[in-house]
Amino acid sequence: MSLIKLSVNGKSYQVEVAEDMPLLWVIRDFLGMNGTKFGCGIGQCGACTIHLDGQPIRSCSTPVLAAIGKKITTIEGISEKGDHPVQQAWIAEQVPQCGYCQSGQIMSAVALLNEKEAPSDADIDAAMVGNICRCGTYKRVRAAIHRAAADKREMLSKR
Amino acid sequence: MTSNIDRRAFLRQAGLAGTALVIGFYLPGCKKQDGPEPEGSITLFKGNVDDVPEGTGINPFVIIDDQGNITLMAHRPDMGQGTYQSMPLLIAEELDVTLDQVTIKQAPGDKKYGDQGVGGSASVRTMWEPMRKVGAAAREMLALAAATRWGIDRADCDTENGMVINRKTDERLAYADLVAAAAQLPIPENPPLKSPDKFRLIGKSVARPDVPLKVRGAANYGLDMKKEGMVYALIERAPSFSSKVKAIDDSAVLAIPGVQKVLKTERILFKKRMEGVAVIADSYWAALQGRRALKVTWENDEVLLDTAAIYDKLRAAAQKEGVEVSSEGAFARAYAAAPVRLEAEYETPFAAHAAMEPQNALVEVRADSCEIWAPTQFPQWAQQEVAKTLGFQPEQVTVHVAFLGGGFGRRALPDFILEGVVLSKELGVPVKVVWTREDDMTQSPFRPGSVNRLQGGISSDGQLVALQHKVTTPSISYSLFPGMSGSNGEGGEMEPVNEHLYDIPNYQSRYVFADVDPIPLVWWRSVYSSTNVFAHECFIDELAEAAGKDPVAFRMAMLQTNQRNRKFLQFLAEKANWEKPLPENWARGIAMTHCFNTTAGHVVEISRNSAGKIRIERIITAVDCGIAVNPDNVKAQCEGCVVMGLSAALKPAITFTNGAATENNFHTYPILRINEMPQLEVHVVPNEEAPTGSGEPALPPLAPALANAISRLTGKRIRKLPLEDGLMG
Repeated sequence: MSLIKLSVNGKSYQVEVAEDMPLLWVIRDFLGMNGTKFGCGIGQCGACTIHLDGQPIRSCSTPVLAAIGKKITTIEGISEKGDHPVQQAWIAEQVPQCGYCQSGQIMSAVALLNEKEAPSDADIDAAMVGNICRCGTYKRVRAAIHRAAADKREMLSKR
Repeated sequence: MTSNIDRRAFLRQAGLAGTALVIGFYLPGCKKQDGPEPEGSITLFKGNVDDVPEGTGINPFVIIDDQGNITLMAHRPDMGQGTYQSMPLLIAEELDVTLDQVTIKQAPGDKKYGDQGVGGSASVRTMWEPMRKVGAAAREMLALAAATRWGIDRADCDTENGMVINRKTDERLAYADLVAAAAQLPIPENPPLKSPDKFRLIGKSVARPDVPLKVRGAANYGLDMKKEGMVYALIERAPSFSSKVKAIDDSAVLAIPGVQKVLKTERILFKKRMEGVAVIADSYWAALQGRRALKVTWENDEVLLDTAAIYDKLRAAAQKEGVEVSSEGAFARAYAAAPVRLEAEYETPFAAHAAMEPQNALVEVRADSCEIWAPTQFPQWAQQEVAKTLGFQPEQVTVHVAFLGGGFGRRALPDFILEGVVLSKELGVPVKVVWTREDDMTQSPFRPGSVNRLQGGISSDGQLVALQHKVTTPSISYSLFPGMSGSNGEGGEMEPVNEHLYDIPNYQSRYVFADVDPIPLVWWRSVYSSTNVFAHECFIDELAEAAGKDPVAFRMAMLQTNQRNRKFLQFLAEKANWEKPLPENWARGIAMTHCFNTTAGHVVEISRNSAGKIRIERIITAVDCGIAVNPDNVKAQCEGCVVMGLSAALKPAITFTNGAATENNFHTYPILRINEMPQLEVHVVPNEEAPTGSGEPALPPLAPALANAISRLTGKRIRKLPLEDGLMG
């Protein structure tokens, strides 16, 4: 057990946990943020996707030690009021069904749109292939990413 | 199929007036961490399921407080199918309130809400009238209360946006000002319902209220439920379904920080009992580490089934006559006399539900009560089974319903809740049972595999004159419940082929029971329709080919009696441009079915590349489910059916080795990913018939439509699922 300092969504936290504990369980069970989900435990489904210094990672397979000195962003941290362009696009396209995988889907999509202004379908496939949705919302995930990208471009062009 | 609900009794029960009780769950406080005060405050335990609000309940579903807050209780669990909106929306339509004016809360399990189970694509089709009557009865009581206050006739009052309006004076009274008086009035048994042209919400694609929660990570699922003082329990599972614990070596386990205890436990799945060893710890991670360090010696004296043996058994059973489940005309005579006769055998695999949220439950057993927070499809069933296990009355058990991270039939069963009950009773503290993904995939009850044998006779003019469909499959009801023989084919095993979709003068359906105990089985989205329709619609396609007919024309000729289904097929064929020629190395396949009272079908377009690999170019889906209460959500459900149907058709099966499931996580049991998602269009047949099922009907016809396209392109019939490896590319 170690006393570990973490930066999550712009705030600092201190937790006493085993050093090999995956970030997922630190975030959920020790920081009380439940938006990041447990799906498979082996980095296969993407439900636990968060950002570490802006890069999407699978928090179920990343030990807490790997996050020391880095910036963690979870679904709770991408916007104050749930109005990030990606979240708005997700609402406009009514993407979620059960919704359990959607935090991870959104975190992967946000990371993609930070990299690419106008992602192609192939870009979307490459960025989102690690996020499984058993309800089958893929068509809408794709539409929502295109919509968010278009909204973002329009916003930028108005500036 | 008709609903068994006694609607009058339901309304009476659902119309009990009175002040709603507050049976809240709110855990204030935040657990402070040791060490320097961090910037970010930590709240581990929140009020994480909905409380029944204070206020006056006009009936259990409609609660209005004196501040004007209107709460509608969503009494059906939401697993992604949309009941969190659809049930309250049906009430709101008749109550004449906008969705912006109401707060929706998830109801706990309580018989005052009537049946709360979700399954069988049943919620909208069975609640279509009762839910509107709940809203209409409340509206009538509020309007009558206003009319009495004004000294006018009820007929001189209108209702709109949460107000009663005096038609003569245009005076207005808010529902909040009327609720106390309204609640004292008798409940009208047959309140008038709106005609469809007056609908403001029904039939519109209204945005779902759960979506904003879900995109913020703020929707509370079962796994998010936490309670101060709770312990985590992970259960080491037996190497086969019938293994017993012989010895436990926990020496290395108890040395792991956070691990508290190791104890033998059991999983109660109705007539089945499965032994396991629970590791109790203060966190999931500690419990998992403990489980990994645990050494259990198991013993087993039963024959251990594997997939080859199971299918040998099914194929051998398929040679038997079985029992006749339905019959029209005289199949045997007509078949014997037919100039062209065909027979074929189809095989379908076992499948796992693999809902994204692994099974879990938080359970607190006290001396004379029990409280549960769980993602369950059947809260009252869970309540009853928990009560039975504890020797309690159902009223002593409270089941709070969380959002479900997928259900697909799996979460109908209370086994994972009962695990928490057994452990919490023994340990005397709240217990949170969490299944790993591996537990979920290897231990979950499965969709049973099947062998389907079909025989068909065609007349000299190319008409299908005789058809027999014989289903050989294990019985889910036999697998789960004591006292069920499972051998008569009346436990849903023949759905939907016990009734024939087409006009076939001599049709017979037969069932052959095959036992695969101790492998646990349960309903999987669209249940037996998901396998039976594959065989049925592939065989119809084979018969069309043998008759030298176009697959649509062949079906159309057999859709004379049921004009609605005939129109459906025309609609689908038009939407898919069925007649339009395709490029070389492309083909189309079609399949349709009628299940859960709905007709659904697909046209699948495929192509073959120079390497001989097949690619799905486009899927056109049509569904006739009567009035689509939320058309966008009906489409979403069809999209889900297509994806789940594709996964089941294209991806590896669940197989068994030495009596246990072989596939254990998404790397060995992959499901469709976004890069494999074909272009998809869903079309809802517009009509004003009463709503029917929408969560499942589009699943069964997907695999046969795809298989029929492949057969057409390659000339080789597909008779087994999943498709052989390497075919698609």
